[in-house]
Amino acid sequence: MLQIKPILAALKRHKAGTILIVLQIALTLAIVCNALFIIQQRLASMSRPTGMVESNLLTIQNHWAGVDTAAIPSLAKADLLALRQLPGVVDATQSEAFPLGGGGESEGIRLDPLAKPRITLATEYFVDDHALATMGVRLIAGRNFRADEVHALDPTANTSLPEVIVTKALADVAYPDGSALGRPIYIGNDHPSPSTIIGIVDQLQGTWHTLSFLDRTVLLPAQMADSDGSYLIRSKPGQLAEVAKAAPAALLKLDRMRVFPPVKGIRTFDVVREQAYKTDRGMAILLGAICLILLIVTGAGIVGLTSFWVGQRRKQIGVRRALGATRNDILAYFLTENFMISLGGVVIGTVLAISLSEWLVLRFAMPPLSFVYLLLSAAALLLLGQGATLAPALKASRVPPVEATRSV
Amino acid sequence: MFAYYLRLGLRSLRRNPLLTLLMVVAIGFGVAASMTAYAVLRATSNNPIPQKSSQLFAPQIDNAGPPFTAENDGEPSDLMSYIDTMALMQAHRAQRQTALYSIGVSIMPADAAQLPFQVPSYAGYADTFAMFDIPFLYGSGWSAAEDQSRAAVAVIGRQLNDELFHGANSVGRNIVLDGHSYRIVGVMNDWNPQPVFYDVHSTKGFTDATQLFIPFTHAIDLKIPAAGVDLCNVTADAGWDAWLHSECTWINYWVELPDRSSVTAYRNYLQGYAAEQQRAGRFKWAPNIRLRNVTQWLDYEQVVPPESKISLLISLGFFVICLVNTVGLLLAKFMRRAPEIGVRRALGASRRSIYAQFLVEAGAIGLSGGVLGVLMTGAGVLGIGLVFDPSIARLATLDLSLAGLTLGVAVFATVLAAFYPAWRAARVQPSWQLKSS
Repeated sequence: MLQIKPILAALKRHKAGTILIVLQIALTLAIVCNALFIIQQRLASMSRPTGMVESNLLTIQNHWAGVDTAAIPSLAKADLLALRQLPGVVDATQSEAFPLGGGGESEGIRLDPLAKPRITLATEYFVDDHALATMGVRLIAGRNFRADEVHALDPTANTSLPEVIVTKALADVAYPDGSALGRPIYIGNDHPSPSTIIGIVDQLQGTWHTLSFLDRTVLLPAQMADSDGSYLIRSKPGQLAEVAKAAPAALLKLDRMRVFPPVKGIRTFDVVREQAYKTDRGMAILLGAICLILLIVTGAGIVGLTSFWVGQRRKQIGVRRALGATRNDILAYFLTENFMISLGGVVIGTVLAISLSEWLVLRFAMPPLSFVYLLLSAAALLLLGQGATLAPALKASRVPPVEATRSV
Repeated sequence: MFAYYLRLGLRSLRRNPLLTLLMVVAIGFGVAASMTAYAVLRATSNNPIPQKSSQLFAPQIDNAGPPFTAENDGEPSDLMSYIDTMALMQAHRAQRQTALYSIGVSIMPADAAQLPFQVPSYAGYADTFAMFDIPFLYGSGWSAAEDQSRAAVAVIGRQLNDELFHGANSVGRNIVLDGHSYRIVGVMNDWNPQPVFYDVHSTKGFTDATQLFIPFTHAIDLKIPAAGVDLCNVTADAGWDAWLHSECTWINYWVELPDRSSVTAYRNYLQGYAAEQQRAGRFKWAPNIRLRNVTQWLDYEQVVPPESKISLLISLGFFVICLVNTVGLLLAKFMRRAPEIGVRRALGASRRSIYAQFLVEAGAIGLSGGVLGVLMTGAGVLGIGLVFDPSIARLATLDLSLAGLTLGVAVFATVLAAFYPAWRAARVQPSWQLKSS
């Protein structure tokens, strides 16, 4: 059934063309499977939730211009009162930073304050008692901060706060036995006094998606006397656009001595997410486009070379037909030939793909290629090869036996 | 002969328009993808101050010790503490030196109806302007004496000068920052080195042009905090003085060392300084210092985004595949014309002329691919904003040199790809072809 021997004999006479197709398939496989893997990595990174309810959420970055920092906590308090009274606003809170917003602070976490190496770094959010409700973060154990626990704090001082709320990810790494609630935790590098974990939230990401300690976050009840801060505002469903206009206007009416930075000043959270993951999404689109064009080019190349071979072998095909080969035999011949070439390409391509992946791991600290992508890409290329061969092979199968008697 | 080969080539290309189109499009796409990625890499790996990049150095001193440097391959902090900044500044061992930090001051417009606004601003020393070759439109930088007297002076950028003073010479006039008045001593001409080598840590390398400088000493007096990154491996106590005397690092320190001997001398000085701190008991570890020039610094700080390298790599791979594809298609195309070659050879054409004929034909394909490539690179450069930050995207442009490179690479690569097919074509035996037809 399989005409492997005559195919090999024929291919020997077309070494250059065969090598070129093998090479092209091999290189295509190496690039496509690594590109698909990178795309998947980026998409997976983009799909991670922040832990907040991201719809109907407005962010305002606020910089106090020439205001005495000591006065800022009370000014911020007035801002928050005004924001919460705006029509369409459900709740509002203040924080130094927020997920996907960049900036912010992180500190070392310890259970033994004298231990030199820290257990982990964790993002700190300095917030008030409205943070959980505004962010839409789910409390899974313990309680929220009370209003009287929220202190005004000098940002240059690292006074430790007696009560903190941590994410489950941080609780699990500090207390792997699950007993974190109510237990002490030391935040900062040489803090004298511990903080007590009064609550645990399901999830809340740190300020930037590339952080290695992304899900390890601690909420601290404090209003910072810092000229830079952010307001998070939750609107009623469908009223976000109105709130996005009304909120900055209300703040400016209260006090004009402030700056909302041009690009990042006033953003709905959808925009925050879009901007944070812009490069990832762009890379995914770019690589996807390159893969698509690559497959088209490779497919077209196979069509071109196979057509040429068919044209070259018309006489031989005619002879075979005259000697009793059916159309299907001819069709099967070319499809098998392509399958063997493609298989050669896939084998070499696998080696290339793995080498490329190793290099990417080494050079760019990317995770190693998952074999699923290798298998998928290999299957896709074999299919592409068969598909691209089909038209020229059908043409070949229609060569009449009488061709054997013609000269050229 | 060239014109004749070109005519032959064009006729042959017209004979298989689909095959020709496929080759042209593949080369166009391949070269455009590579050149677009290259445009980004070229912009991000740009030398921001080529005339001085080997003379400007960023010293680093390990003031945190092994438990912290271990997390960073033993590298000291990229930034410097106020304590070390003051010590190095007072020692004055380099030809020029400056300490810079990003400040978040707001500009209060004279017109009270306008809102305050911010521009990229730094506190620095008088040497900054000479060190970084900053050009001036009006006036000049302030003097070392004004550093000493902690004067309230400012140097503003051209853009800010246009905004506040409609481009007039504003030297001697005042600017109000956060309620404090400063006398303008100089207006910088357009100056925007990218990557922003002098503050890589906070800017990640790419941002808007700096529009305001005030004296470091005055900023410290006014307790203006660092708007950029600060790293505190040992937590500071409360208050500004405690902050200044803490081991927190937040200052970009730069020195100008004109020749090799001064670099060696400065490295020895840093080593000696760290050893002295160890003897004094402040550092409980052996001296751990670095001294990198601008290029080494940008390399160490990895300002070139990994995406830029990965996309160039993938694009080049893509281009190579397009070329392999072209080799195959050219081979098919040329060999299909074996009878024609046979006739030409029999009529006296030499192998060399067959060779030349096919290379010219390939050159024509390469040129068409190149033209398409230039157009698509133009589109690609416009689309860079989809992948990269606007601050990077606007640096990558299709200029004459890139367009020339695109055309050149396309033609060169296609002719290179045609060598083997043309060689095969030139080896066609005339007798064989004539016999069978």
